[in-house]
Formats: sequence, structure tokens, C-alpha cells
Amino acid sequence: MSNPQQFRYSKEHEWLSPAEDGVATVGITEHAAGALGDVVYVQLPEVGSTVSAGETCGELESTKSVSDLYSPVSGEVTEVNEDVVSDPALVNSAPFEGGWLFKVKLSEEPADLLSADEYAEFSGS
Amino acid sequence: MTDSPPPAAAGAPRRTALDALHRSLGATMTDFAGWDMPLRYGSEREEHQAVRTRAGLFDLSHMGEITLTGPQAGEALDHALVGNLAGLAVGRARYTMICAPDGGILDDLIVYRLAEQEYMVVANASNAQVVLDALTERAAGFDTAVRDDRDAYALIAVQGPQAPGILARVTDADLDGLKYYTGLPGTVAGVPALIARTGYTGEDGFELFVAPADAEKLWQALTEAGAADGLVPCGLSCRDTLRLEAGMPLYGHELTTSTTPFDAGLGRVVKFDKTTNGGDFVGRAALEAAGTPSRKLVGLVAEGRRVPRAGFPVVAADGSVIGEVTSGAPSPTLGKPIAIAYVDTAYAEPGTEGVAVDIRGTHEPYQVVALPFYKRQR
Repeated sequence: MSNPQQFRYSKEHEWLSPAEDGVATVGITEHAAGALGDVVYVQLPEVGSTVSAGETCGELESTKSVSDLYSPVSGEVTEVNEDVVSDPALVNSAPFEGGWLFKVKLSEEPADLLSADEYAEFSGS
Repeated sequence: MTDSPPPAAAGAPRRTALDALHRSLGATMTDFAGWDMPLRYGSEREEHQAVRTRAGLFDLSHMGEITLTGPQAGEALDHALVGNLAGLAVGRARYTMICAPDGGILDDLIVYRLAEQEYMVVANASNAQVVLDALTERAAGFDTAVRDDRDAYALIAVQGPQAPGILARVTDADLDGLKYYTGLPGTVAGVPALIARTGYTGEDGFELFVAPADAEKLWQALTEAGAADGLVPCGLSCRDTLRLEAGMPLYGHELTTSTTPFDAGLGRVVKFDKTTNGGDFVGRAALEAAGTPSRKLVGLVAEGRRVPRAGFPVVAADGSVIGEVTSGAPSPTLGKPIAIAYVDTAYAEPGTEGVAVDIRGTHEPYQVVALPFYKRQR
């Protein structure tokens, strides 16, 4: 599976969907999920909380390690994926789809995110 | 600064005889004790479940083999190690330890008696050189030769309830007669092998020591023989969760130079009653003088979902530190995080209330349980 062309990407390996009515979806890339190994626990930001681009807003725990979750954008969290909280394996099986993490109402246009091709080159994926 | 390049492959990880095969299988590789080893091939949880329910195939060629030969090989080992090896029957294996003079554990070992005057010591990869040096030094006064056989063997393990049936398809050796912790020379898939019924997963299984040149052939034969039973290649990641569930210690975590066998609850491996060399062995005086340990190894089971890791503090209800996690992981079998930890004896009783692990600043409640977490149905 390749990185979806319509998404933008951060160097912390998050993806951001195109915004609809100012709200975009955030997840981690397949490359990141593969590097983590089996994800067993996901801690997401709370609905209504404010996230800032490049800052931690949660954590992803796998068999071997724990990684901080960074927000690729700034804004207000409008929804979190409860499915992935109860079944973290979705992050591994469908990182770009059912394994999405949270939705955010953008407070500013994201700067310096990568295109799919740029991210592929950056991550070697 | 010099202009000369570093020596070839200085610090480069060593590769096992199965390296190309692992890469062709798409393994995620990791540096482990100076070796490039497969961490996982796909999902480590699926690999774990395969070993618990069917069978898994492991490359363990990083383990360090050291051979002692000669009329006093047994006496030398009895002097060098805490166990009784002179009394070990030919064909049997024993779990034992090598300690420093101060009683600290240098490594935990499996020793096989291959013949009347031949023993094979299997050390952890990270300690192989230390063990080789110590055995060489400690055997100096005995009529025995210590041989570094680290490069003489590849080691392949097949582990899981289906392991006996799978192995039986590629060998005529009497596997039924091969009891737990025994080993015998035989032929597997047409190649000479030392077949041992040992393992580090909590399941039935075998470890096969073969010449590195024969490793690929054996791996492929076992892969084919196990296909119908769902045997899969398994990496070190699931090996760690398997041994953790089985309550088995890992050197560098539960066992270190600053712990004695008694600290680790493994005092049974120390044989004060052995009679060779007048009963003396390296570390004896220190181990005899060691008092009752103030901490005990226990199992911890999470009530929440955050995973404790080695080094995390164990805390009491009032927040005081009462111990330290030595190993922790999400348990695929229990479906929740588990850990092994040293805790003050006052809190070590299974069922002790109010015990928590400090996970990045949050005190997560944990249940104290007896080890192991998992025991197979025999």
C-alpha cells in the first residue's frame, strides 16, 4: 500500500486528510505503524482540547516501545476514533483508513507539511 | 582525527548463517548483543500466538557455545559454576549459572553433557566472551581443554505444541525418548545435529545445533515439514513476550552482576552440597554469607492498558518506591500488560493491595501475582 496522494504528511510520520468544512483527520502512516510493530494501546487527545502543530498530544504503545503522538496541525479536537482505542490493532491493519486517530478543526493552515511523494522520499517508504 | 579508514567491519553487527533467508522473508532486523537478528517477520503478536497454539521457528545462532573436553571437564565446571555438572548423566542438560567471586551472576547457562569427557556450555550472546574468559581462567588447573565453539554452530529452535510432530517428519531420532532437558546427537533433514529438548518459550520444543553450512537446509526442511501445522518463522520480539509470560528470567533484566541466584529466586541452582573439589566453587563463600534478600521477584498484572518497562519504579499506595520493573510487555495471552519486578518482600505476597507502577509520572494500579503468568497444559 502506498501513501495516499491526497494526504499531507509530517516528519513525525503523521498524515492529515484534506479539510472538509475546516475539519481534517489525523493518523499515523503505514511506515510508522510498521516501525512501531503491533500497537497495543493508544492514548488520544480529548475532544474539545486544543492541539498545536509539532507538539505531543498522545501516545502510541507497542510491544517493544512507546512513542509520542504529535499533532501535525494546530486546532481544536472535534472527534477521536473510539474504535482504535478499543482495538489498537487497527493502527497496524488500516493506518490510513479505520486506524485514523482524531479529527481537528484547523485554527491555521498547516505549514511545511510534505506531499505524498516528498514523504515517500523522506521516509524511504 | 586520522585519515585512515576504520578497520573493516569494525563494530558492524555479526550475521548468522540464516541472514539472507531472514531478509528474503522480509524480517525486521535489530542489533542484539552485536548480532543482526530478526526482530519479527510480520506481526509479533501473531508469531507469539503461533508458538502458543501451533509452532514457531527461531534462529538463535547468536547464542554462545563453549565446549569443555578431557578427563576433568566435569570437575572444572563444578569449580567454575554454581551447579553440579560432574554428576550430570551423559545426554542430559542442566540450567545453571556462573557467578563472580562476590556471588553476582555473570550469566545463566544451559550445560549439556555430550559424552563422558565432553560438555557443551551455552551462554547468552551478550555474555559469551565473559563466560569464555571466565571458564578458560577457572579451568586452568584442571586436565581439560576449553574450546570457543561460537562459530562452530548455528542454532535453530522449533517451539510449540506441534513441534514434536513437525520434527518427527524430518528425523528418525527417538523424540519420544528425548525428555525435557535432554540432548542427543542425531540426524535432522539429512544433516548432523545435536537435538535438545529445551526452550525459552514455556512450550514444548527443540533446539537444534548444526554446522552453519547446514543451517539453511535445516530451516527450509522444517519450514516445509511445518507448513501444514501452521509453523511460522518467529523473531526475538515474540521470544521476549513468550519467556516473560512463562516467568523466565532474562540476563541483563532479572539477572545481573549485582544480583545473586538467591535474589532472583533461583537459589535452587546453587549446589552447596556438591562434593567435587572439596565442594568449593567460585562464589561459594559469598553466596553462603548472603543474607535473606530484601526484595523478591514477582509478577505484576495491569488493571489498565499502559505497559510497564524495565527500570520503571514500583510504588506503594503512599507513593513510596518499593521496587523496580525488570521486564514488561503487553501479554498476548492474558490480553493485558504484565511485568516482572523486584519488590520489597513486604509487598511480594500475591494479592498484595495498593501496588502501582510509575508509568511516566502516572501511578497505574497493578496486581501482584505469582510467577509464571502462563503454564502450558501438559
